[in-house]
Amino acid sequence: MADEKSNAEAYWAANLRLIAGCLVVWALVSYGCAILLRPLLASIPVGGTDLGFWFAQQGSILTFIGIIFFYAWKMNRLDKKFGLGE
Amino acid sequence: MSQFAINVLFVGASFALYIGIAIWAKAGSTKDFYVAGGGVHPITNGMAIGADWMSAASFISMAGLIAAGGYANSTFLMGWTGGYVLLATLLAPYLRKFGKFTVPEFIGDRFYSKNARLVAVICLIVASVTYVIGQMAGAGVAFSRFLEVDATMGLIIAAIVVFFYSVLGGMKGITYTQVAQYCVLITAYTIPAVFISLELTGNPLPPLGLFSEHDASGMPLLAKLNEVITELGFNEYTADVDNKLNMVLFTLSLMIGTAGLPHVIIRFFTVPKVADARWSAGWALVFIALLYLTAPAVASMARLNLMTTIYPDGPTAEPIQYDERPNWVREWEVTGLIQYEDRNDDGRIQLYNDTEAFAPTAEQRGWAGNELEVNRDILVLANPEIANLPGWVIGLIAAGGLAAALSTAAGLLLAISSAISHDLIKGSINPNISEKGELMAARISMSIAIIVATYLGANPPGFAAQVVALAFGIAAASLFPALMMGIFSKRVNNKGAIAGMLTGLAFTLVYIFVYKGWFFIPGTNNLEDLPENWVLGISPLSIGAVGAIINFAVAFSVSKATAAPPQEIQDLVESVRYPKGAGMAVDH
Repeated sequence: MADEKSNAEAYWAANLRLIAGCLVVWALVSYGCAILLRPLLASIPVGGTDLGFWFAQQGSILTFIGIIFFYAWKMNRLDKKFGLGE
Repeated sequence: MSQFAINVLFVGASFALYIGIAIWAKAGSTKDFYVAGGGVHPITNGMAIGADWMSAASFISMAGLIAAGGYANSTFLMGWTGGYVLLATLLAPYLRKFGKFTVPEFIGDRFYSKNARLVAVICLIVASVTYVIGQMAGAGVAFSRFLEVDATMGLIIAAIVVFFYSVLGGMKGITYTQVAQYCVLITAYTIPAVFISLELTGNPLPPLGLFSEHDASGMPLLAKLNEVITELGFNEYTADVDNKLNMVLFTLSLMIGTAGLPHVIIRFFTVPKVADARWSAGWALVFIALLYLTAPAVASMARLNLMTTIYPDGPTAEPIQYDERPNWVREWEVTGLIQYEDRNDDGRIQLYNDTEAFAPTAEQRGWAGNELEVNRDILVLANPEIANLPGWVIGLIAAGGLAAALSTAAGLLLAISSAISHDLIKGSINPNISEKGELMAARISMSIAIIVATYLGANPPGFAAQVVALAFGIAAASLFPALMMGIFSKRVNNKGAIAGMLTGLAFTLVYIFVYKGWFFIPGTNNLEDLPENWVLGISPLSIGAVGAIINFAVAFSVSKATAAPPQEIQDLVESVRYPKGAGMAVDH
């Protein structure tokens, strides 16, 4: 029983770490590169404008897709590893 | 074949398809009606979420918004996609594991409180009704432009079609029609975009075309666009924004709001497993991104196209004569969405940004004011005509715009009707109602919701235009934090959750009402809705994120000062966190 409990706790802690990592990237591309850090990236040209503009109109969306699939894949492995999947 | 006949053919064929699906996918149980039986494949569900999510606003208005605002309006692109990361990591898998039918049901069970459930039902209904009015009105506009019927008549036709598949099939009918509607709307959106991208940049993929060279000038497309519009007094298309705080909060409000909208969340209840809920979110965003990556390309290309149509010899040369205006301008003038007034009586069309800074240039050129008003909503609808595409593409756009409006309307109507039949009737008024009785109640609530939505679509009240403020504000400030805390905290209790939802909601609504008028009644606002009046420069549209933070803070403080939730609730939170045993909740 105690083992089962600590196993579940470890699973949840691993999930929380994974979520935190995903959300850091999520915030970094959208609020970071596309908005707040745009002036810093202004010197990197992309097709007639700068990298910040690219992140705002394309890069962030593409990254979001990557984050979700990464999370889903990683969580499937965690589900299996901890024996808590369906 | 005349254009009218082509339009009727395309729209008629798509409607026949939806009705066919409705007959095939009739709901036999409440489980069919609320969650499509719970056996939808994650890719199918992803596609259905795409159609559910992409509304008349995404299809018709978004490209126009970006075209007008340039970089500044990238907020819509990021805001309306970034919410899916929050859904995938913070809400969808756990709510799927919970395995019940509605969003208020989770809030009611987790916070062991009928009042909490009732607050959630009210938030859901206000947000969804605001949202659905826009869809119905959008369908009416598409009808009146393409099928030459009166907007109200168009609305009634649309309502009858929705009635057919949503009342008969519930979530089951809606799921499979949404898949069909996704296919229709994405084809309709991308085909004209591909042609325009080819024409301007030679690149068949619009998202790549956006950052390619403009064929005619040899300059990068965006640089060319900047050059043309700044000559006419507009801001640079790619110009940075000064008020970054507001831009961040607006994007955050849209993201949190997206994740908290019940009609999106309930779609995740239809898949068989928790893992499928995660995959669905990824697939949904892939399907959504096909449109959201195309939209900014359409926006900049259509804007450049419009400018070169009016100024064929460049912005420093004379614009075209009004009598020689292209055919599509004439057609849209009939609808009143393009208006021309020859202010300086020279017979030409001067289109420019009539600001003080540009006044000396305008005077020097003999201009007496901007002469062409172009409604930004026509950008996508007129796209095929601007690019001289064949008639069938216009028919496709008509069917696509209707698909976008109807698929979102159906999802919203389901969220509303299940909140009434499941949360209010079964949850409070008559808990002993039979399965058959509940199914009947669900169908009757759906029918009433359709009638109300149709009426409000034809006679839109003042708040209908406030979808972004109202629907996203409420979802962000009240529903999202309650759901997230319900999963990630065992300590937040009934009192904390209710206090959090109510203060978040009250704060957000008051801030919106102060600038937009109390209950959106014109003239009752305390302050003018101008950037200089906003607190810290935060617009009423961006306040939902602040409301969410207040909700979290109040919920935690109140919970800390009062008793912890009972053991069975803490066990419920535990069980929601682990996928194991999800199959038991819904028998598939």
